[in-house]
Amino acid sequence: METIDAIMAEHPFFKGLDPSVLKIVGGCGSNVRINAGEYLFHEGDEADRFYAVRHGMVALEIYVPQREQVTIQTVGAGDLIGWSWLFPPHVYEFSARAIEMVRATSFDGACLRRKCDEDTAMGYELMKRLAQVISQRLGATRLQLLDIYGPAVHTK
Amino acid sequence: MDPLCIQSDPDLTPRLFRVIRHQRELHDTVTLELESGEGSPLYFCAGQFNMLYVFGIGEVPISISGSPHEPGPLVHTIRSAGAVTQAISGLKRGQTLGVRGPFGQGWPLEAATGQDLVIIAGGIGLAPLRPAVRQVIAYRERYGKVSLLVGARTPDDLLYPAELKEWRSRFDLQVHITVDSAGADWRSHVGVVTMLISKAEFEAGETVAMICGPEVMMRFCVMELRKRGVAAENTYVSMERNMKCAVGYCGHCQIGPKFVCKDGPVFPLTHLEPFFSMRGV
Repeated sequence: METIDAIMAEHPFFKGLDPSVLKIVGGCGSNVRINAGEYLFHEGDEADRFYAVRHGMVALEIYVPQREQVTIQTVGAGDLIGWSWLFPPHVYEFSARAIEMVRATSFDGACLRRKCDEDTAMGYELMKRLAQVISQRLGATRLQLLDIYGPAVHTK
Repeated sequence: MDPLCIQSDPDLTPRLFRVIRHQRELHDTVTLELESGEGSPLYFCAGQFNMLYVFGIGEVPISISGSPHEPGPLVHTIRSAGAVTQAISGLKRGQTLGVRGPFGQGWPLEAATGQDLVIIAGGIGLAPLRPAVRQVIAYRERYGKVSLLVGARTPDDLLYPAELKEWRSRFDLQVHITVDSAGADWRSHVGVVTMLISKAEFEAGETVAMICGPEVMMRFCVMELRKRGVAAENTYVSMERNMKCAVGYCGHCQIGPKFVCKDGPVFPLTHLEPFFSMRGV
């Protein structure tokens, strides 16, 4: 059976990390399977975990009064879900629902925060990678906000 | 550019076409099938456009969205966005309009033989790409892996939903569809179309990318493709500008030294790159 760190090594977020670092990070992880329709977490819950998705698709949802659950983004294999575990008050800002069966590595946020504090070089490397994910999502969100598919201003 | 693209004579006289089918696609978009009054079909290559003329109202450039490899009616998908397009959208079966064309340079489907293809469409941008997709499917053995990435505002704004469903069911096409926002019943991607590029399977060094959509979307797609290693000379974009004469005389559609009507609307990125994100161009 493959160990967690060996599975993690294949995930784009962890690719290229030193095996010793993978082992330390993997110590906070476990493999999970979430069935279609089940929630990984709900908006407002304590953000104690994050997920590296290996298979399947997850909808990130926000509850909007009178519109119910609105999907703001989907993420899938090779993506990361959840960074609220990193920043106080450690509360999820959206819900995550499996659209189809999902296989992921789930990480204990508190465990990883502690290890990052103890080994700041490792913590810095992980933060750089996480910042890249956040930056990509921010860029995509900006494009979404532009409503680019609307009609052009000067039209015939 | 594709050597098989037919270059129309710079004829400024419209030919009379009759609407034989009018199909509403979206709340603001219709597809018209047109038949020539002279009886002869209009041959074109994927990516070219015609000037459609509603007599007494005006003329607009509209991409051809039918099948280039099959003789049949001339097909145009039109989004109603102004006086002329609104008048065209309102034409009923039996009514006539003027057609000049086909004009311009199309998608490089001959030059892309043997390559993987990444075809990216945003919103109404799927209409100019539909002839390319249909031609690729008709000659599927000529190409390597083929990915079609489609973005729209919401699931209700997706163009050609039945055809998309058919394309998704094919084993020899990877089709990824994304929308900017959706309800809980939507089972595909939500997010911008650029996010789909990382999902597409292709060998960057042997890939031709064809993009059509809002210019800002194309710019970001180009950046993502570059990150994946697709060269600028293998990336093609379809530009939209205020075209009047369609034959390079009037200069209305000029981008730097290029005329969109004559040198485009499909350009290799290398021809446009200095002007692609330049203000005021």
